[in-house]
Amino acid sequence: MRKHWYAIKAAFPYTIPVMAGYLFLGMVFGIMLVSKGFHPLWAVLMSVFIYAGSMQFLSVNLLTSAFNPLSAFLITLVVNARHLFYGISMLKKFNGTGARKPYLIIGLTDETYSILCSTDAPEGVDSVSFMFFITLLNQVYWVSASLAGSLIGSVLAFDASGIDFAMTALFVTIFINQWRTQREHLPAVTGIVVPALCLLIFGPDKFIIPSMVLIVLVLTVFRKTIERRA
Amino acid sequence: MAMTSIQVLITIAVIAIATQLTRALPFILFPENKKTPGYILYLGKVLPYAVMGMLVVYCLRNVSLISSPFGIPEAVAVLCVAALHIRKNNTLLSISVGTAVYMLLVQVVFK
Repeated sequence: MRKHWYAIKAAFPYTIPVMAGYLFLGMVFGIMLVSKGFHPLWAVLMSVFIYAGSMQFLSVNLLTSAFNPLSAFLITLVVNARHLFYGISMLKKFNGTGARKPYLIIGLTDETYSILCSTDAPEGVDSVSFMFFITLLNQVYWVSASLAGSLIGSVLAFDASGIDFAMTALFVTIFINQWRTQREHLPAVTGIVVPALCLLIFGPDKFIIPSMVLIVLVLTVFRKTIERRA
Repeated sequence: MAMTSIQVLITIAVIAIATQLTRALPFILFPENKKTPGYILYLGKVLPYAVMGMLVVYCLRNVSLISSPFGIPEAVAVLCVAALHIRKNNTLLSISVGTAVYMLLVQVVFK
């Protein structure tokens, strides 16, 4: 028990930026869903089992249009294709995590991934518990916020618009931290330049998949250079 | 609600399964008890550095540079976060100041 408590205490500070973003976005999601006539329990169900921010917002559209499971399936694969990258880079880290591995995989959102791939457990803290509680805390924020949002409906006490910028800021700080620890900056530069170009060419709804393909291509072509310099 | 409750349930289940499939696929293709190809391990090592930039672009994807406010709040706030983080190297400080600046800009300045 004490061991778990240590891990929770160690994990919590890393999740604070995610908490700010998730509480806000989760509430917005809940509000949106009930505004379309859905019961709050649907919001909870979705946040527990889908647990993917942008996809849940898109799901509100899908659920209010004609019933078409096949197209819902394909759209989801495309929107969430970026998760493939997360899995590939966590293969090693999740190795040997045992019974908690399935949950670590299921809970691997953009934000959780960004923390897990850039942070190691502090000394004396069990690394599996550390990763597990970061994942769990983040989902707790998300599920509670969707429930809260769906219950209070559209009566928001204060104007919190813009608070979701915490997420962007989190990714910017991790980007800088990674830049500091790396001697070879080609992967980081590729990660900015390629998606930015693809965004200009393909637009906001279609740029992720071409970005992913091109990033892999660049990293493959320059593998020798990167491995030599890294 | 246009769909019946059963149809809603099926749609949510399908979306959940497809989402979790994208998360689990790498672990299914490269299980622990088999040797993962060197190329995949290499990608696993360098992708995090490329993904973080992609996520920043992804977060800012709906910002328009050709209509008001021309991405100014985002640009200012991102620069704030970066400058602060490079100087002070304190993640929570960089994020909270950057977010406060951004909220101020979108709620008050560029309303």
